[in-house]
Amino acid sequence: MLKKKILLLITFLIISFLNITKVYSIGPDTFVQSTVNRAAKTLGGNLTKDERVEKLKDIAKDTVDIRAIGFYSLGSYRKNLSNKEMKKYQEVFAEYFLKSFSSRLAEYSNPEIEVVSKKKINENYTIVFSKLVATETRPEVKIDWRVYTKNPDNLLIRDLIIEGLSLARTQKEEFSSIISSSDGDINALIKNLEDFVTK
Amino acid sequence: MNKILITSLISLMLVSGASADTDGQNTMSKKSPGKVRDCFESLNRATFSLNQGLDKVIFKPVAKSYRSLPSSVRTGTSNALINISSLITIPNNILQGEFKTAGINTGRFVVNTTIGIIGIFDVAEKMGFSEYEKEDYGQTLGKWGVGAGCYVVLPVLGPSTVRDTVGSFINVLGGDPYYNASTHGNNEYLSDSIYMTTKVLSGVDFRAKNLESIDNLEKNSLDFYASVRSLYLQDRQQKIANSNPTIEIMYEGDWEEVESQ
Repeated sequence: MLKKKILLLITFLIISFLNITKVYSIGPDTFVQSTVNRAAKTLGGNLTKDERVEKLKDIAKDTVDIRAIGFYSLGSYRKNLSNKEMKKYQEVFAEYFLKSFSSRLAEYSNPEIEVVSKKKINENYTIVFSKLVATETRPEVKIDWRVYTKNPDNLLIRDLIIEGLSLARTQKEEFSSIISSSDGDINALIKNLEDFVTK
Repeated sequence: MNKILITSLISLMLVSGASADTDGQNTMSKKSPGKVRDCFESLNRATFSLNQGLDKVIFKPVAKSYRSLPSSVRTGTSNALINISSLITIPNNILQGEFKTAGINTGRFVVNTTIGIIGIFDVAEKMGFSEYEKEDYGQTLGKWGVGAGCYVVLPVLGPSTVRDTVGSFINVLGGDPYYNASTHGNNEYLSDSIYMTTKVLSGVDFRAKNLESIDNLEKNSLDFYASVRSLYLQDRQQKIANSNPTIEIMYEGDWEEVESQ
């Protein structure tokens, strides 16, 4: 009888937990808007540039699928890498990405981004459409977000498409250019990434 | 003489474009978006460096000065330049079979040139005309299925492809009514120098609008040349597609492969 009660209690707790996670999972559009709001709060606050950069890095770690972007950016070269090379690449790529991402964003002060709509591409991806509101010096800019939705409780950004131009694709073609100009040697890319991180 | 020179250049470019196209890698038409080969990469990189030097010494400082003008002056100038560009857009709308859009753009041009005082005020937008999108002969050729040919970097003018360069030549071979009126028209208001001033102003306006974004891109690129090439080719591809760019350029296959890692 006691065993049965314990079993029921465990079952109840599991169901409750599942319900709680379901209740708290948010849609890709809300996820993007809240991420943008976090970044805007950081950029609009009274922080030094270094503090801003660190905060932006934290936001990126929470919301961007850095590992997947690293894979994607390698293009077809990823198939030729040894485990050791891949590990080394992923480590330096993460550092490169965080530095590049935070440096790009830290230049903006108080950006106002409004989520407009969303479109589900397939089970894994939803595109969230947004716009960067125009200012005196800059026209309105369309920004679309490729959100990885495979795990609804852990949504992650995989690409930013600014006025139809994919940042991930640009990075992939940039990496490809570096590797191919070194006869397919991945170490040339790793060296470039290391130089960027340390400069 | 000029026409002979231009025709020869176009023939040469079409020939080199055609031969470069035979490997099947450099098609960037609507039917088969794909890779565009950088056949002249060493020369292109040298020209790119030259352009960067010119930008640093001339274009960027001029663009910065232009940015210091009052916002209303810049907006008016930008509007007038966009209005002039519809003279190339409208024939291309027709050549692409977009007759309704051609009609709308013609209406927009008439309204803005008259009520909007040579296009300084975008009255058409306030009247509810749909969003204006520029078209050119390079896009039309792409829509007709002509491959992009090799990627080229032109001195001063910047990134292009063989097809887009040919498209630009069509402007000066009679395809641009504004050019025709400026150089061959017998009127006291337009001239060669006014045409050139308009073109230079378009470049300055573009540079001024992109001061921060270009600086930012350069600062955060491992290979700035490759980044600019990628962005130019993506931009052309979505403009030729003439549809929702985000969905069309997704390259889902690439991302799906990431899933299997």
